Amino acid sequence: MAQVTHIFNVDTTLNREFPLYLSPVPAGFPSAADDYLDRKIDLNEHLIKRPAATFFVKVKGDSMVGAGIYSGDMLIVDRSQDPKNGSMVVAILNGEFTVKRLNKKDGKIFLLAENPNYKPIEIISGMDFEVWGVVLHSIRSF
Amino acid sequence: MKFGVWFCILSVPFNMSKLFALLDCNNFFVSCERVFNPSLRHKPVVVLSNNDGCVIARSNEAKALGVPMGAPFFKCKELLQRHRVAVYSANFPLYGDLSGRVMQTASEFTPELEIYSIDEAFLHLDNMPEPYEYVKSARETIRRHTGMPVSIGVAATKTLAKAANHIAKKHSTDGIFCLQDQETIDRWLRETPVEGIWGIGYNKGDFLKRQGVLTALQLKEMPDAWIKQNLSIGSLKTVWELRGIPCLESQDNAIDKRAITTSRTFAKEVTSLEELSEPIAAYIANASEKLRSQQSVCGYVQVYLTTNRFKRERYYANAAGIDLTPPTAYTPDLIAIAQKLVKSIYKPGYGYKKAGVVLSNLQPQSTVQDFLFEPTYDSSRRQKLMDIMDHWNNRRNTAKVFLAAEGMGQDWYNEAYKSKRFTTRWDELLEINI
Repeated sequence: MAQVTHIFNVDTTLNREFPLYLSPVPAGFPSAADDYLDRKIDLNEHLIKRPAATFFVKVKGDSMVGAGIYSGDMLIVDRSQDPKNGSMVVAILNGEFTVKRLNKKDGKIFLLAENPNYKPIEIISGMDFEVWGVVLHSIRSF
Repeated sequence: MKFGVWFCILSVPFNMSKLFALLDCNNFFVSCERVFNPSLRHKPVVVLSNNDGCVIARSNEAKALGVPMGAPFFKCKELLQRHRVAVYSANFPLYGDLSGRVMQTASEFTPELEIYSIDEAFLHLDNMPEPYEYVKSARETIRRHTGMPVSIGVAATKTLAKAANHIAKKHSTDGIFCLQDQETIDRWLRETPVEGIWGIGYNKGDFLKRQGVLTALQLKEMPDAWIKQNLSIGSLKTVWELRGIPCLESQDNAIDKRAITTSRTFAKEVTSLEELSEPIAAYIANASEKLRSQQSVCGYVQVYLTTNRFKRERYYANAAGIDLTPPTAYTPDLIAIAQKLVKSIYKPGYGYKKAGVVLSNLQPQSTVQDFLFEPTYDSSRRQKLMDIMDHWNNRRNTAKVFLAAEGMGQDWYNEAYKSKRFTTRWDELLEINI
């Protein structure tokens, strides 16, 4: 089962910016297009819609390998997103964090693993259940 | 003196109805811990100050057990153990970060947000026709986006909004209270002892009681001349506020035992780092003066910047903070650190509208005297200054800064409550058993 092992705050101060060259840069006078040289690709901007609601978490376990989430991966979680049927979510189940696929069917709610070795978990009354946030991206280092 | 009050009246145009919402995070430090540790929900939790080990935050469950606010840890340790209360040492980097998230989310609900302390802010909601539904959605959004439960009180003046917030916390089921119709206001004022009014406090309250002014309603009905003669112009503002006339400026009544905030909205957008550095230094000077005036030192400093949020396409807001070991109230040090912090979050190409500093983790000066005479004080400080840059440029160095901070004789509780920094340190893992 995937479990959250670390939670990190988003540090938006750390902007990795890459210059985006739209035209070749010859020696001599600059072309008008070089105004675009100032524009950088900002990974934060691409991956994080709402910094105030975005958290990084690290996962450990193999229950979500079918979704491409492997042990040690880092997830970008946005709490402002509405959890929908099929959303990848960080959920709180009986006081503990987990990462699962949210599944709503026939008025029932399930947390699905993406590994045949793990059974779906049906959320029944009496369970302490809450969606903590919606996983938007997974980052894996090779 | 008279001009001050006249100004208040004249500054409110007749067609404009002022409205303030005071947003206050519930048991803020405890709630921060709960965001990242759901097993703490519905359980008694306390947070201790870093150095002297006093209780500085309690969950409702801990309050119900009779754990007193500010109690020295050694005095209530037995009580805490007996009731299996979860005990945390303060984690200001985490609290500062979550505070910034709450404030940023709240700022989307108002043209003007006045951050009042680490966990309180006034939202200006002038001319708002249905404030209840509006602040309700603000409250829900903040809860959802940041995990932080907040209470919101709404009224025509800040003093009444503060009271409304108190009522929201104590008596409402949904954490919201609008104190707007005159009958409700007067009923509340009649039931509130005079020292329970924001800005009156114990000493003035004591004096007023001896004069026979026992309730807030009686105070509201005292003649202006009597108030001025016997109290102060500040108290007169408070009385006017009780009458529904907004008088308080942003920094009035700004006494928070846990944090000192200084911020300002710039008249004109500021674009360069140099232009930002100057007001930041001034805020630090101002805040550290307040700090020293209450014989305190701070263990955490935070700087924040925001652009004009109504220019959507170019909106940027950020905050950076750092732990200070040993805690200090020394202005040059704080300015130097704040300058490094502002540099770390400054992005060129933006027009900045507001900047501010927050000094928190406040502790009595007396508790850190030993530190001041440590021979390592200077070298560790220089070390820290250099580390700050690295801190924001290289995540791995963050751990070094905190490691240095940890090495200063606090091992006795590190061992007992070591889960406290699981969000900012690679080497303090959150262990979850499934």
